[in-house]
Amino acid sequence: MAKILVLFAHPALEKSRVHKRMLRRIPQTENVLLNDLYETYPDLDIDIRAEQQLLLQHDIIIWQHPFYWYSAPAIIKQWIDLVLEHGWAYGTGGKALAGKLIFNAISSGGSFEAYSKNGRNRFTIKDFLLPFEQTAVLCNMNYLPPFVVPGTHRLSNDAIELYALQYEQLLVSLSHNRISPDEWAGVNYLNELVPIPQTIQS
Amino acid sequence: MDQHSFLFQAMVYLAAAVIMVPVAKKLGLGSVLGYLLAGVVIGPALLGFIGKEGQDIMHFAEFGVVMMLFIIGLELEPELLWKLRKPIIGLGGLQVLITAVVIAGIALAFGLSWKPALALGMILSLSSTAIVLQTLNEKGLMKSSAGQSSFSVLLFQDIAVIPMLALFPLLATFKKENTAAADHGTTGWVSSLPGWGQTLVVLGSVAVIIIAGRYLVRPLFRIVAATRLRELFTATALLLVVGIAVLMTFVGLSPALGTFLAGVVLANSEYRHELESDIDPFKGLLLGLFFIAVGASIDFNLILQNPGTIIGLVLLLMLVKAVVLFVLGRIFKMGIDQNMLFAFALSQVGEFAFVLFSFSLQEGILPKRVTDIMMAVVAISMGLTPLVMLINEKFIQPFAGTKTSASEKEADAIDERNPVIIAGFGHFGNTVGRFLRAHGIGATILDIDSDRVDLLRRMGFKVYYGDASRYDLLHAAGAAHAKLIIIALEPAEKRLEMIETIKKHFPDLRMLVRAENRFDAYDLMNAGMLHVYRETVDTALRVGVDAMKFLGHRTYSAKRASRTFLKYDEQNLKKLASIRENEQYINTARELIEELEKIIQADMQDKTLSTDTGWDEDTLIADAAGGGLSVKS
Repeated sequence: MAKILVLFAHPALEKSRVHKRMLRRIPQTENVLLNDLYETYPDLDIDIRAEQQLLLQHDIIIWQHPFYWYSAPAIIKQWIDLVLEHGWAYGTGGKALAGKLIFNAISSGGSFEAYSKNGRNRFTIKDFLLPFEQTAVLCNMNYLPPFVVPGTHRLSNDAIELYALQYEQLLVSLSHNRISPDEWAGVNYLNELVPIPQTIQS
Repeated sequence: MDQHSFLFQAMVYLAAAVIMVPVAKKLGLGSVLGYLLAGVVIGPALLGFIGKEGQDIMHFAEFGVVMMLFIIGLELEPELLWKLRKPIIGLGGLQVLITAVVIAGIALAFGLSWKPALALGMILSLSSTAIVLQTLNEKGLMKSSAGQSSFSVLLFQDIAVIPMLALFPLLATFKKENTAAADHGTTGWVSSLPGWGQTLVVLGSVAVIIIAGRYLVRPLFRIVAATRLRELFTATALLLVVGIAVLMTFVGLSPALGTFLAGVVLANSEYRHELESDIDPFKGLLLGLFFIAVGASIDFNLILQNPGTIIGLVLLLMLVKAVVLFVLGRIFKMGIDQNMLFAFALSQVGEFAFVLFSFSLQEGILPKRVTDIMMAVVAISMGLTPLVMLINEKFIQPFAGTKTSASEKEADAIDERNPVIIAGFGHFGNTVGRFLRAHGIGATILDIDSDRVDLLRRMGFKVYYGDASRYDLLHAAGAAHAKLIIIALEPAEKRLEMIETIKKHFPDLRMLVRAENRFDAYDLMNAGMLHVYRETVDTALRVGVDAMKFLGHRTYSAKRASRTFLKYDEQNLKKLASIRENEQYINTARELIEELEKIIQADMQDKTLSTDTGWDEDTLIADAAGGGLSVKS
């Protein structure tokens, strides 16, 4: 069994349609811990030692957040800046996180088409997530492809619910080590490893 | 008295009060002396507007004393009494006892017999609550240990008046004067009863007051309050006091004792404040009238014939009182200069002395010659209080105990020049100070509580003792070189005074000022302050945030909402401060309500209070439906 830590960041969850449903689907087991950053640190003064302890206790880390301005809400950056200390997470002697898995689970207003070379955003979501990937690599972690709920502006609540189910499936599979490195290395988005009904993929 | 002369009399009394009281207050003498002076001016000694009828007025005005005791009873909070039981009973009890005995001894030596000597001792052991509390409050010394001890002693004295009034008739040595107020011709019925019957009637009436206060008066006030006629409530309150006074005189007890008892019984009722504010003006006016009558009845010929005796008596009396207080202060482990302050502050004789003197005249305890001289002595001792306090502050404090300068070695003082000065190290100031110290920021502290000053010095703080609004103290504390000063002391008037001093002498010093509330903040803003911190607003908003949190709102959103609200409220404050008339002070509850209405209306008009549109996706979703552009993808 792998232990999962969800680092969740949404500054206005009461306005969210997607993450509210995703949170509801996060398995309530002792193997999965939800760390609601804005709720815990409303002043953005992150408890560095506590956060590092949490990281040490888990094998798989997830940054779950809406995709704001091609990146994450501010508190994720604050978390990265403070928690991933030199000499602990990276640099000489910085091996605390070596071998752990980490990835982004995000919702984006634009669809996968909008996030393509010819699309409005000119780059793919994976491209935009490069700083996260390199951060993970520098900290000796394995960066997995992201899980994405795309095109949220046009999604019905029912459709979002299906994505939330897919997210739940993903977490269950990961915690049971059912996804091999070969499998996640071979896809662009983790979505592809957990099939959902054809109807909403169009 | 026909109506014309009645109105004329009223005019003379009121005019004298209206002219003399403000003058006396301006001179720092307090209202009691103002009324006394007014009486002297219109009395036979000077203008002669009132003569014989002054005596009648005095008996009428004595009712003010009855009302005062009712209010003292109302203000006696059992919890406060319990909390201060040690200083009240120990310090206060010993002060009254020892002072009374010593003065009685001196009176014996002067040739009085023991009964009048004892009465004199008891009367003169009292100090002036009105003058002392007012002076300490004005100087911001109430929270110091001298202030707290003074308060306890005064409280004990106020209570001690009751047994004194009860005891005095037993001290009578000769026949009562015929003008006595107690002789309303109603005592006849009770005195015709046998001894046990009288006791029974007395106990019965006390029981009536307690039971009626508990079970009858409250429902009555509820009914009256429901009519929403304010004057009816006032009438009921007056009826209560007058009714008890009549009952007590009827059974031959002191009306003051009865109303005091009623006050205590009603102290815990929900109508306490209402009663207090209704009776208070009557009490004030009648007491004023009483003091005027006292002033008018002082025999100046007697004083002019014996100026040496009077001055000698004043000095002797104040010395005796101060020495007793000082010794007690030592026993109760007060710091040396807090003790000096305590001893000097309470060294005068109080306004109750006038009441007790006129009472003992009626009861035939003291001869008129003695009371005349002593009334003058008491009045002069009261008048000297501000002067004595000033002498203590200017000439004795600097040499006794806590020094004004922080360290003996001047060189050290220059080496550790601190960038911050904190004025006032109470709960507010010490939180700021501790925070800064925890981050290695040196702060020089100014404080007026010498016990606290001593403690802080032992802890290695750099502390100056004294009135922080004084130029020399600010200068000594390095105000010329500090970057900023945090003005956290109490009361509000002292802060304004301090601001004026700093504006004049240290214009480059940045001021961060604590404000108690909105109105305080207005005053500070009008004084040109840019950095004003209302002490309640941040805490109240924190409560608001937690309330939202417990109701299921997101903490971060609640926090943001509170910060937005704070910014908005500060802006609103600035706006309201700017449209406020300079000299407009909020006094009445009505004005307070109007102010609140203005604020709430402004709240409702501001629609941006609760929106963070940056995280709102509604417009994006609408755009997506219409095929428009969206940046936040």
